[in-house]
Amino acid sequence: MSRYITRLRVRRTYRLNGAPVGEDRKLKRLYHESMTISLDGRTDNATVYLGQFILIEGDDDDNPFVAQLLKLYYDDSGKKKTALVQWFVRMCEIPHNKRKLLGRDSHPQEIFYYHDRSCDNEVDAETILSAVQIEFVSPEAPFPEGKSKDVLFVKLLWDTKAFRALSSEIMQPPLSPKSPPPPSRRPPARVLPTPDLTVMKRATMSGALIRGSMSTGKLISEAESLHSASKLSAAKALSARRRSRATSGPHVRKKLDLYKILDEPKGTGKTLTSKLNTSPTGRISISIRLTPLTEPFSPAKQENDGESNEFFGLQPLEEPPLSTGRTPRKREATPRRASLRGQTAEEDNEDSPVLTAPTPRSKRKSAQLVSSRIRKQLNLLGNKDDLQSDGEDGDDDDDCFVPTKIDLQSSSDEEVEAKMDSEDELVVKRRRGSRTPRSTEKTHTSARTPRKTPSKKNAPATPRTPRTPRHATPSIPSRSAPARKPGNVLEEARARLHVSSVPESLPCREQEFQDIYNFVESKVIDGTGGCMYISGVPGTGKTATVHEVIRSLQQASEQDEIPQFRFIEINGMKMTDPHQAYVQILQKLTDQKATPDHAAALLEKRFSAPAPKKETTVLLVDELDLLWTRKQNVMYNLFDWPTRRNARLVVLTIANTMDLPERIMINRVASRLGLTRMSFQPYTFKQLQQIITSRLNRVKAFEEDALQLVSRKVAALSGDARRCLDICRRATEICEHSAGLQKGSGLVAMSHVMETLDEMFSSSYITAIRCASLQEQLFLRAVIAEFRRLGLEEATFQQVFVQHQALCRVEGLQPASVSEGLAVCQRLGSCRLLLLEGSRLDLLLRIRLNVSQDDVLYALKAD
Amino acid sequence: MTSKRKSTALTEAQCVSLAQKILRERLCQQRLPEQPVGLESQYRHLLELLKRTAVHGESNSVLIVGPRGAGKTMLLGCVLRELMNLKEVLKNVLQVELNGLLQTDDKIALKEITRQLHLENVVGDKVFGSFAENLAFLLEALKSGDKSRSRPVLFILDEFDLFAHHKNQTLLYNLLDVSQSAQAPVAVVGLTCRLDVLELLEKRVKSRFSHRQIHLLNPLSFTQYVEAVGSQLSLPQDFPHPKFCDEWNRSVTKLCEDKSVEELLRRQFNSSKDFRSLYMLLFLAVIRVSPSHSTLRESDLLEASRLISADSKANILHGLSVLELCLIIAMKHLNDTYDGEPFNFQMVHNEFTKFIQRKSHTIHKFEKPVVMKAFEHLVELEMVRAVDSATGKVQREYQLMRLMLEHGQVMEALQKYPQCPTDVKQWALSAFA
Repeated sequence: MSRYITRLRVRRTYRLNGAPVGEDRKLKRLYHESMTISLDGRTDNATVYLGQFILIEGDDDDNPFVAQLLKLYYDDSGKKKTALVQWFVRMCEIPHNKRKLLGRDSHPQEIFYYHDRSCDNEVDAETILSAVQIEFVSPEAPFPEGKSKDVLFVKLLWDTKAFRALSSEIMQPPLSPKSPPPPSRRPPARVLPTPDLTVMKRATMSGALIRGSMSTGKLISEAESLHSASKLSAAKALSARRRSRATSGPHVRKKLDLYKILDEPKGTGKTLTSKLNTSPTGRISISIRLTPLTEPFSPAKQENDGESNEFFGLQPLEEPPLSTGRTPRKREATPRRASLRGQTAEEDNEDSPVLTAPTPRSKRKSAQLVSSRIRKQLNLLGNKDDLQSDGEDGDDDDDCFVPTKIDLQSSSDEEVEAKMDSEDELVVKRRRGSRTPRSTEKTHTSARTPRKTPSKKNAPATPRTPRTPRHATPSIPSRSAPARKPGNVLEEARARLHVSSVPESLPCREQEFQDIYNFVESKVIDGTGGCMYISGVPGTGKTATVHEVIRSLQQASEQDEIPQFRFIEINGMKMTDPHQAYVQILQKLTDQKATPDHAAALLEKRFSAPAPKKETTVLLVDELDLLWTRKQNVMYNLFDWPTRRNARLVVLTIANTMDLPERIMINRVASRLGLTRMSFQPYTFKQLQQIITSRLNRVKAFEEDALQLVSRKVAALSGDARRCLDICRRATEICEHSAGLQKGSGLVAMSHVMETLDEMFSSSYITAIRCASLQEQLFLRAVIAEFRRLGLEEATFQQVFVQHQALCRVEGLQPASVSEGLAVCQRLGSCRLLLLEGSRLDLLLRIRLNVSQDDVLYALKAD
Repeated sequence: MTSKRKSTALTEAQCVSLAQKILRERLCQQRLPEQPVGLESQYRHLLELLKRTAVHGESNSVLIVGPRGAGKTMLLGCVLRELMNLKEVLKNVLQVELNGLLQTDDKIALKEITRQLHLENVVGDKVFGSFAENLAFLLEALKSGDKSRSRPVLFILDEFDLFAHHKNQTLLYNLLDVSQSAQAPVAVVGLTCRLDVLELLEKRVKSRFSHRQIHLLNPLSFTQYVEAVGSQLSLPQDFPHPKFCDEWNRSVTKLCEDKSVEELLRRQFNSSKDFRSLYMLLFLAVIRVSPSHSTLRESDLLEASRLISADSKANILHGLSVLELCLIIAMKHLNDTYDGEPFNFQMVHNEFTKFIQRKSHTIHKFEKPVVMKAFEHLVELEMVRAVDSATGKVQREYQLMRLMLEHGQVMEALQKYPQCPTDVKQWALSAFA
């Protein structure tokens, strides 16, 4: 759970600075231009200014939300600090199905300008974590190489439908790194769409760091106009505020979409660290996250280009690790490091007393483990100095390291840079040590993987389960020769009649379809949650109908008629244990792997925390009855989440029995499930007929009568559409076979259907008895005789055997020995014509018939 | 073993051992027959079905149901042999074979499937991951496939009924669900001897099963049966020693026409129609052939039949002492008197002493502990069994027992018992002798 501590671990205090720079009378707001974030126990503060790019705390601590700060003000109650932001989205926040639209692999550090008017852009200012550096890259230009992991790149705009080029009006390369956001507007620099020379130059030179935190007036004005267009109504704002106040932690979420592309490690240094985080090391992430914040304001920025050059000279180390082993890379690192040592050693030594000073917080074991591991790794460098200082670094990381020291004006910027460098490098080291690069295909590197510190979010990529071969893609090998296509009418019909073939439409379930559609649609539009219970015997199209509903809803959302939503499906039969439901839901929602308990906790958090940009999740729970546990907590949670205000979860449950809620659920579960129920009646023969006809879709393969016979027969028995289709399929086979023998119409006729029905529905017992050997038949007869004599439905083998021998004599056969008789009895037992006890009982074995006596007599008489 | 060059010089002994080798191979069912006997329509049905899966990528499920020894595995083996001969199929099909007796739960079964499919979470021969992971992985793998592209997978589930006893029938549900949905093409072939196997399936699982059942219930007539015997025993035409082969085959034909052999075969046929027990009989006969009599004779068959149909308990009775035999007879009388009610040692001893008193001149008088010892030996042989297992409370003499022998078995054993005293025999026939 270490990743969820960012807020809990370090308490931040927020203060809006200075006198209000503006006032909105209508809304009674006083606008401020900067906010100071101070961390508990530290003297130095960080300040964010308007127009700066900031990180905002979200669900995913590896990838906090990115935004640009537009306004800062106290809300009308005068107590709550509120920030107005322009959102940016990461690739992982974009819905899966849309990611393809990008048409290329996204850069790990790439973010997109988020343009969605429906999105709430007012956040609690206290969720701001720190500033971040964003660089604007023109769409044609390549991503700059060798940049720090902390820098994010913006290339395109994402308007929830498509990626578009970011016009220069909206996004402008920030110019002056130092100037606080001026209320006065700067003239917009002419940049895009043609690649801006200056930008290009800066990007490629890589020495010059463009401080993305600065904003221009143009930018603000644009964003502001955007905001005013979508300005929340006062009431809505109020409710939003109320909502956020109601929750304990002011978590801000842009979107529920936590999806994390595993192949795409988010490149910020912070991400790297937090991926390895155990709870104690979680502090590292803070330290690094906050470093960029300080940079823009370091007074000696400009002259420091030399240092930053050197600093960034190391950056290639941080490129996503390659498949090469760790060691060579490290060696490569050594000389550079050593060259830096001169600068850093002193500083480190200076700092170390402070940093290593015992803090009240006890070091956890895993923290010690991590630091010792780091030390060990650094040992490889063979540099004693390094060992020492890095050890300190490790300690310092474990200590609640805070960026504040950097803000201390006393420490020179040079030191800061060097410090950062060593930290960064440390991060790289750690990452190399504990996280196998995703590109290693089969090599099982990283023996020193900390088993105790699994980063669950990217389990397949990280060695969370070091035992499983990584990157095992579940797939069936593809065939060398392509499958043959159906050749004639009957084969075509057979293919269409296969249950698996998806029909163009689902006939006969229009009403149910409409009901479910309306239910889900209304919930999606309203952004609320709810449960629905769908029951019906097997083969009545429950799952198919729900899938159909989802398919058309997805179409609707693609055409922008309804908001986006996620669809997740779990099946009680497809898991080994009810609690696996959590794991599967979590995995499908966010691609993380977790233990059931952990997954439950994560989901709980996810569904109870508010988030402005969250999309509705539609969860289909098939075979609900199998999720039953003694305490019923799985069911309880599934039905409880939708009732949470911020969950936006729609749960559709499917089971076979109509009264399942009453039968197996305890009251509090049944009550949460609610009364939205729907029952799928078994198909009538007309419906079945219609289903077959619509599936065949003008492929003429059946005679009308034959179809009617099938559907009537199935409707009378079960109303199971699967059965119906299977029978039809078998009938085409029989037809095909018989057509080869004699001249027929080529259509499936009554006779074929009759034959099929016989084959499928006739009891095999009678045939089996007829085909049994004489002794077996006699034995069955003896069993009946004995039953009649006793007047019971049960007899011991000894008793039956006496009868058997008598019957043998009557038939003029040599009486069987006991061994033979027992063998006969066992054979009948193995076919389940007889029900037997264990053969250990020998003569006292009790025998019962598994067929009715009449059936046996009928079968024997006709013989 | 022999090469063509030497074939003319084959000695009689070599011929015999070669013939035995061929027949043994056949009778022990180590080699599939050329063509399944009497199962043509089933063969065609199954072949068509599997061919459609292999060639068209159509998913299917089928059950092959038949009593033990009916040739289910043999049928499937023949079908697969023919299927794999098709060039189009050979490299395109994956096979997974499971046995309900080996894969006793879904966890083991899943590992085995994953292993046999060589999915990517298999390293060497080891399957990694937990049960849940394996299941998710396999399902994901199957889901990722589609009808036209992925290789069809044949799942062969031997002892299918045992899979139905797994928890929730998860494996069956998932396999059958795949076979009913647009995923990787699979064919699920179940082999079972239970006729009521469908009743074992849970309703959801049942709904997903295609209800195709191939029944192997051989309606063989006796003449077909005898023909099968003949064909099974005759040597192939390409036997290296044609003269020996002819001689052998002629003797087999003659054997099949023999009256006593026919009677023997009919008896076997009446008792069981399956070929496995027949092969057992023929096997015992074939191994009796030796260079001294190089053809199969009726006496060999008779002897084999005697061995096969011998009653196991009657055989044990032959090895008992006279005292033990007397006790058995006493118990039989008790059974007759009390109509099968259980008895105790004291009652048996009383019965026995009554007999001794009457016939004191012929039978040695035994002390009670000796009789007790003999009785205990019988208990050990399980000729006599305690009624309930709670043995602790009751004194051994008074513990209730049951005789585990049939009346007929006792009489038969007495007839064959070597040098049985006539008094004892008479006593066995009548309680008052």
